[in-house]
Amino acid sequence: MKKALGLYAAALYTFLHLPLIILAVFSFNSSKFTVWEGFSIRWYAAVFHDPDLAEAAVNSVEIAIVSTILSTIVGTACAYGFWKRRDRLLSGALYLSLVTPEIVMGVSLLAFFQWTFRYLHWRLGLYTVILAHVAFSIAYVVVVVAARLRTLDSSLEEAAMDLGATEWGAFRLVTLPALWPGIAAAAMLALAVSFDDYVITSMVAGVDSQTLPMWIYATARRGANPSINAISALLVVFFGALVLLSERLRSSES
Amino acid sequence: MTLRFWFLLPTRVWLALLLAAPLGVICAYSVLTRGAYGGVSLPWTAENYARFFDPLYAAILLRSLLMAAVATVLCLLLGFPLALFISRSRNRRGLYLFLVILPFWTSFLVRIYAWLFLLRDTGLVNTALLGLGVIREPISLLYNNGAVLLGLVYGYLPFMILPLYATLERLDPALLEAAADLGARPMPALMRVVVPLAGPGIRAGSILVFIPCVGAFLTPDLLGGGKTVMIGNLVENQFTTARDWPFGSAVSLALMVIVVLLVILFLRRGEEAL
Repeated sequence: MKKALGLYAAALYTFLHLPLIILAVFSFNSSKFTVWEGFSIRWYAAVFHDPDLAEAAVNSVEIAIVSTILSTIVGTACAYGFWKRRDRLLSGALYLSLVTPEIVMGVSLLAFFQWTFRYLHWRLGLYTVILAHVAFSIAYVVVVVAARLRTLDSSLEEAAMDLGATEWGAFRLVTLPALWPGIAAAAMLALAVSFDDYVITSMVAGVDSQTLPMWIYATARRGANPSINAISALLVVFFGALVLLSERLRSSES
Repeated sequence: MTLRFWFLLPTRVWLALLLAAPLGVICAYSVLTRGAYGGVSLPWTAENYARFFDPLYAAILLRSLLMAAVATVLCLLLGFPLALFISRSRNRRGLYLFLVILPFWTSFLVRIYAWLFLLRDTGLVNTALLGLGVIREPISLLYNNGAVLLGLVYGYLPFMILPLYATLERLDPALLEAAADLGARPMPALMRVVVPLAGPGIRAGSILVFIPCVGAFLTPDLLGGGKTVMIGNLVENQFTTARDWPFGSAVSLALMVIVVLLVILFLRRGEEAL
């Protein structure tokens, strides 16, 4: 029984990881086709010399950084507010943002922006993407920071206030310092979901604001292109490093 | 005003403007008429909802529910033994969990593309089979229900494994020993002792897999290639190519109703994360 379970686990882990490993291996293939012809880094060179791809990557990084900063601040504040006292309506709204299918969120934001732009003479662009990303990232931040807050003792803040600290002072000097690992883990999750999003982004991005996932999608639809393998391998390494870092932070919590 | 008020305010404003208001716009659009050049116009109508009964669209709705249900069951069957394995492991739990979480952090689009790379006509599987002489010409592995199902299971399996693991981990191993002492063989003991106690994990995992599956867009789009159309593709199509925003809005709302009802039915008090 135990042995069978171990074999099964090995098989399932292979299923989960092999496709990505193969993808990465073939990013070093010198041939354009899926036949191994020899080791080469030409696709990595191609990735770094594609101006469209560079622009998309820069856009993605910009969007991810700005929306991560915003959603981390807004979400951390919200989690702290909940810690003081729950709010049924607001937590309901956060749940709604978590379960709303991406495509529905995308089209509803598109419809909303178009409707607003009839009155304001604005256009879709990077900032609409950032607004949307913050909207769906807040809930992730709240969940992660709230989990960290649950491990804290609220009587410490009360003690600080009995000793004359203001509400803000108690937050900043007592709770916030203990919250940093949770906030950092939340920010990394927000960064990952923002950087990865295609569905919502493609709906609300302006013509001049292509992102990395949009480039991958468009290129993948046109057919095989080893450049996607190369960029995918880079992304896997990047996200792998991010999750390792986040796991470190999580284990430093307990 | 208290600190709590100001701390909750940004989230309130953000969600009111970028979640509630957009959903409100969709509600309004769903009962309007399609405009001549895209967009919407008066008069008000219930026509968009009546179209759900058109066999073409009813089939898409049913297919989405069915695909999501099958994907959920497959995730449960595949994920349960692994969650059990991880929870029984003594000193490598961290590593095993990390290996489950890693693909979850990896770009979803990249993971779908990996299957495209393997399964397309000129992909690795076909090339290998041709090279080995097993087949004479490429067999089409993509653009069918099976490929979409594979993508859904692959994409959302971690969502099933993690909550399953969380409940199995808390299970007292003495329970299985007691069952064995009383004469139960391993499989029946598992089915009658462990599975019922894993109820909360099974429920949470199923909902976490079913919801993204039923509203999936990327997986059926890339692996189904327009042949396996799900609700998500219908919505996208109405808002882009077909330019029928009112119907797209009505379909979006139908999807929202399905999802919200499921969450209310499945998520019990006391299991909240917020």
